[in-house]
Amino acid sequence: MAEKKLLKKESLGQLFEKLKSDGRRILAPRKKENQIAFEEVSSPEEIAKEYIQTTTSAKFTVFPPCEELLRYRFEDKEVQIEDRKLDPPPTVIFGLRPCDAAGFSVLDAVFSWDYQDAFFQSRLEKTSVIGMSCNEADEYCFCTSVGGGPGNTKGSDILLTRLGSGDYLAEIITDKGEEIVSLAPDLFGPAPSDQKDEFLAEVPVRFEHKELTTKLGAFFDNDLWVEQSLRCVGCGACAFVCPVCVCFDIQDEADKNGGTRLRCWDSCGFSLFTLHTSGHNPREVQSQRWRQRVMHKFSYLPDRFEIVGCVGCGRCARSCPADMNLVEHLKEIVETK
Amino acid sequence: MTGPNIYKPYLMKIGKITDEAPGVKTFRLLFQDEEKGKNFSFKAGQFGEYSVFGEGESTFCIASSPTHTGYIECTFRQAGRVTTALANKEEGDTIGFRGPYGNTFPLEDWEGKNLIYIAGGIALPPLRCVIWNSLDLRDKFKDITIIYGARAVADLVYKHELEEWEQRDDVKLITTVDPGGETLEWKGEIGFVPAVLEKEAPPCENTIAMICGPPIMIRLTLPVLDKLGFAPENIFTTLENRMKCGIGKCGRCNVGKYYVCKDGPVFTLAQLKELPPEY
Amino acid sequence: MDALRKKARELLESGDSEVIIGYGEGSGNRARAIFVQKPEETERLILDDRCEQNLAVYLLKREVKSLGKPAIVARLPVLRTILQLAAENQLSDGDVAVIGISPDGELVDLPDFKAIEEYVDSLPLELSPEEQEQLEKIKNMSIEDRWRFWTDEFSRCLKCYACRASCPFCYCSTCVVERNIPQWIPVAPHGQGNLEWHVVRAMHLAGRCVNCGDCARACPVDIPLNLLTQKLDEEVFSNFGLKAGTTSELNYALSTFKPDDQENFIR
Repeated sequence: MAEKKLLKKESLGQLFEKLKSDGRRILAPRKKENQIAFEEVSSPEEIAKEYIQTTTSAKFTVFPPCEELLRYRFEDKEVQIEDRKLDPPPTVIFGLRPCDAAGFSVLDAVFSWDYQDAFFQSRLEKTSVIGMSCNEADEYCFCTSVGGGPGNTKGSDILLTRLGSGDYLAEIITDKGEEIVSLAPDLFGPAPSDQKDEFLAEVPVRFEHKELTTKLGAFFDNDLWVEQSLRCVGCGACAFVCPVCVCFDIQDEADKNGGTRLRCWDSCGFSLFTLHTSGHNPREVQSQRWRQRVMHKFSYLPDRFEIVGCVGCGRCARSCPADMNLVEHLKEIVETK
Repeated sequence: MTGPNIYKPYLMKIGKITDEAPGVKTFRLLFQDEEKGKNFSFKAGQFGEYSVFGEGESTFCIASSPTHTGYIECTFRQAGRVTTALANKEEGDTIGFRGPYGNTFPLEDWEGKNLIYIAGGIALPPLRCVIWNSLDLRDKFKDITIIYGARAVADLVYKHELEEWEQRDDVKLITTVDPGGETLEWKGEIGFVPAVLEKEAPPCENTIAMICGPPIMIRLTLPVLDKLGFAPENIFTTLENRMKCGIGKCGRCNVGKYYVCKDGPVFTLAQLKELPPEY
Repeated sequence: MDALRKKARELLESGDSEVIIGYGEGSGNRARAIFVQKPEETERLILDDRCEQNLAVYLLKREVKSLGKPAIVARLPVLRTILQLAAENQLSDGDVAVIGISPDGELVDLPDFKAIEEYVDSLPLELSPEEQEQLEKIKNMSIEDRWRFWTDEFSRCLKCYACRASCPFCYCSTCVVERNIPQWIPVAPHGQGNLEWHVVRAMHLAGRCVNCGDCARACPVDIPLNLLTQKLDEEVFSNFGLKAGTTSELNYALSTFKPDDQENFIR
């Protein structure tokens, strides 16, 4: 049961100071022209005001777009491998929405499946989340359709909810959250009597995700995929702004002296994703790739890991150049006879 | 780092290079770290990611038997960036190996059964591993039959081993080449693998069939096995798909909800029938 | 809008076209591309200021081609795209029925490429004052500031290739970044990889860009990519006097040799 406290809005500045003197870097949403993205901040004033969601996710904190897996040197016929010494800085992600916070467990499901990905885990270990409930949502949000909610605590170490007074209800959820409180215990006052639910956004449920998963079980050969994907142009924008898309590529970059092996973000929407060297491509047309995206998130992941591969943040729909709008398609699938 | 780097390969020295067929080579690889080599074990059917540092990684099965320790072998055809770089390597060069990954042929379940191996062309390597494994444990199995064909005599791989298997009296080997692929000296069969299989007509009772070959050969051979009475649970094959990580994380090799790198590459026909046609 | 729907209906009913590529209502008050195949569905077609996407990108997509003979709702950038694609041998006269749309939103009858050429010729192709201002701001920067500006912008690039996917002129079946023997352009979204990709993209579009703005609109991290191709178009025009999308005859400065070429290194 999460402990409830009050964090006054004036105290944020001091909290940040305490976090910084504890050696933690703070990432928070910052506005830059039309973009709101997570960047390092030193004071609460730098944080974007009045936003519903950031443009890109905070996934990069635990899974960067480009990461070195190992380095090697050539010496005649020999190769020397230099292992990565991973020492990620202790980080606090401030202002992460509950949908994004829940996303970390989807990333974890993949990176900790049998083989433990130390790159991901060492970053996750050093990351704490001070989440921010949503007072407002827009028509692209659909967290409540995938088991989430505007005030859900899953994935947050501390969840703040902005109350009418402008102060925050702070729910201390995990040990990491308690650790943060212990840095500045006098900033966290006794719990307010305000009801959290009053300050949460309304996010209507658009579809039942369990129903969707069941429906998808028999949907592979349906013609609807072709119709739905006609306007998709086959870019990777949806996968790259998504907080839980985790598919990656491995590339070597080297010269005659040595080089590195990199891991970088990839998207199942690209035609190259499943192309064999022989030229055979099991997913030759966009409708097959669109199907893979939906099936992977809403059928295969739930079947194997009992976790929905989507947190309902709506970024894909906001960023899609062709306005594919995932929710519309999902509803269509659920409603198809 | 909280744990070992799962993407870091073993360093391997190329011990021996054999030219099997035009464009096809076998490498015998020795672990540079002998300790690691001694402790390394795997089971028939598993694969690895073989690196050319600076070019990338490529996925091949481990073509040697687990009963042979101290080294592993892989056979590949030069096709793209990494395999071309591999084909240009010399004995003594260093490459990388990550593995063993994937599931295995369940040899332990087949004690007392007949085994029949059916392979075509460059697809003998995945079966070669389990062929040797079964021959090294010969007493555990009853009849062992190998039917292997290629387009032409030059395309047959493991020519020396084919001779060895021919000499053995505890295994029945039938080699064939496509009509027109024979040489004057050719003493084996002439005909496509499915036809040869039908002619040979092995009994299906108490028999496990393993089949590996180009898609067209598999497509034409499966009906023959069906006609001969083989149950789908007793027919095994290996699947190939584009891979990068080999350990179920990069999301690339899935066929439906199954990952070829984790739930495969060995599948029974019964399992394949349930998979969507995405490979 | 009514005239558009009427025209679309006529095309479908007469069998002249099997699919109308136009704009329909999208999410969040956006317009989106729609593919109308039944006459009764022509009611879904809309036409207003939100209809900005360059629909011509769908003309070369195999999934759309398989729907049959297309008609396309074509504002100026789309008209120019069609001409340029024709000049590059990607479209032939009669392949697509063009429903021309004037800058005021009126229907223009354009039965063939010649008509499109004449119509395009009658319209101003210069950048708008706002666009000029944006370009001037960068042109007035010093080389060092310009370099810093662009490397800063590219640092956000994730290599999602939305710019490539939404551009009708990026139709190569295998893009140069997809070649891996050798890997000419690094795949990874690091500084060098991003810079190389964007330089190659801009160069491959130099003098071909019709200023539809889709690349910048598509970019999820808001990099003003259209400024690069606009600038290169300016260079091509000032050096060779040629503008993209004005004729259906091959007229591309960077792939045509003329004996009176001002450069003499080729002689």
